[in-house]
Amino acid sequence: MYLISIKQLTTHHIGPIDLSIKKSETVGISGSSGSGKTLLLRAIADLDPHNGELQLSGKDQLAFEPSVWRSRVAYLATESHWWGEIVGDHFNGDSEPWLELAGFSQEALQWSVERLSSGEKQRLAIVRQLIRQPILLLLDEPTSSLDSKSAARIEKMLLTYQQQMGAAIVWVSHHHDQLSRVSSRIFEMKSGKLQQWSTEELNNG
Amino acid sequence: MVNLTTLDLLLSSLFILLLAFLSYRHRVKLEKKILFSSLRAALQLLFVGMVLQTVFNYNSIYLVATISMLMVLLAGYEIQARQQRRFLGGWGYLNGTVAIFISSMATALFALLFIIEYDPWHHPQYAIPLLGMLLGNTMNGISLGMDRLTSSVWQQRRVIEARLAMGESADSAIRNLRDEAIRTGMIPILNSMAAAGIISLPGMMTGQILAGAAPLEAVKYQIMILFLIAGGTGLGVMAAVSLSAKRVFDSRDRLRLERIS
Repeated sequence: MYLISIKQLTTHHIGPIDLSIKKSETVGISGSSGSGKTLLLRAIADLDPHNGELQLSGKDQLAFEPSVWRSRVAYLATESHWWGEIVGDHFNGDSEPWLELAGFSQEALQWSVERLSSGEKQRLAIVRQLIRQPILLLLDEPTSSLDSKSAARIEKMLLTYQQQMGAAIVWVSHHHDQLSRVSSRIFEMKSGKLQQWSTEELNNG
Repeated sequence: MVNLTTLDLLLSSLFILLLAFLSYRHRVKLEKKILFSSLRAALQLLFVGMVLQTVFNYNSIYLVATISMLMVLLAGYEIQARQQRRFLGGWGYLNGTVAIFISSMATALFALLFIIEYDPWHHPQYAIPLLGMLLGNTMNGISLGMDRLTSSVWQQRRVIEARLAMGESADSAIRNLRDEAIRTGMIPILNSMAAAGIISLPGMMTGQILAGAAPLEAVKYQIMILFLIAGGTGLGVMAAVSLSAKRVFDSRDRLRLERIS
């Protein structure tokens, strides 16, 4: 049984798309800018209107309250947005284990958002999402604006979460080496449609 | 009461001419606008004066009702026209009009039936000016509130979506912007209540006093009007802004900015 199954997903700009992902699996998606990768993630998160059938653990998307769906299916935008002054304004629930996973102490909750480095910001944006313990992570180029050290740290953190919770991940990235490192299947988005890479292409990176 | 002659009005227009001349001289480029707006205001007021004179002569409830409706519809149009970003389709107009209709009509009817209690209650001498005052002020509040809401939703769309993506409901994701917009709509009337009598003499009261009413009587009317305006504006702003805040989302709590121009 698949954790998420997507059938004939279409929006104004993309589709039809079929994709099923198992528990603990990571699927990579690459593709040029404007090919619709972000639109796909947004449609799965139910942030954009779309047609088609989406099921999470066998239950239809429409059977979920929107807020419940988006707690289970966490969309992480490329750039994080903050509205409060301090980090803690954006957290509700028990943040301790997740802050620790990301390498922060509880003190981080008192930090001013404006003073965060881009690496800290991205890690905290991920922590913000993990508190709700999503079972599907939709990552939109999560490390694109970071140096390789911060990127590695985030990779490790996300994969640890995945192991602990059995979560599935859709990982959008321009970096083919990153995708082949983290994912078991890689697709390329081309003019709104998904094409799976062969194992050969995968091995050649 | 000292009646004004046409010559008196012409004399008062000297200041407008002076202003237009200064604007021309200093290249402020407002002279056309100054002259046009002044002329337009004078013509509109003269027209209204003639209409009111006729309506007073007839004193029919149907005529009062028709004029009231016309005033409400025009106020609704004006609200829509003042929006920088509008809801597309008829929705924006409908929202503002419904909000102003409910708030102004409710407060005006309440005042006519239970406070002023003139016989008949719908006499145009009371009904029309009262409704006019209420409409003018609620219209300001509603258009400010709606404008603030749509522009702040537009600016903060990424933040709203980030909150939605964290599993917040639409209501919770927009709450602070909605409350801020309601505050924005209420501020003018709250300010004018605070300044009333000390810094500025309200226009209505001044008019009554000039027309010969005893100052204390004029003040009582002014207090009533201020309270009614504050109540009507508050209700109208809350209704219009809350409805708009719902309208930017669809039934699946998705932000639908394409509904705003």
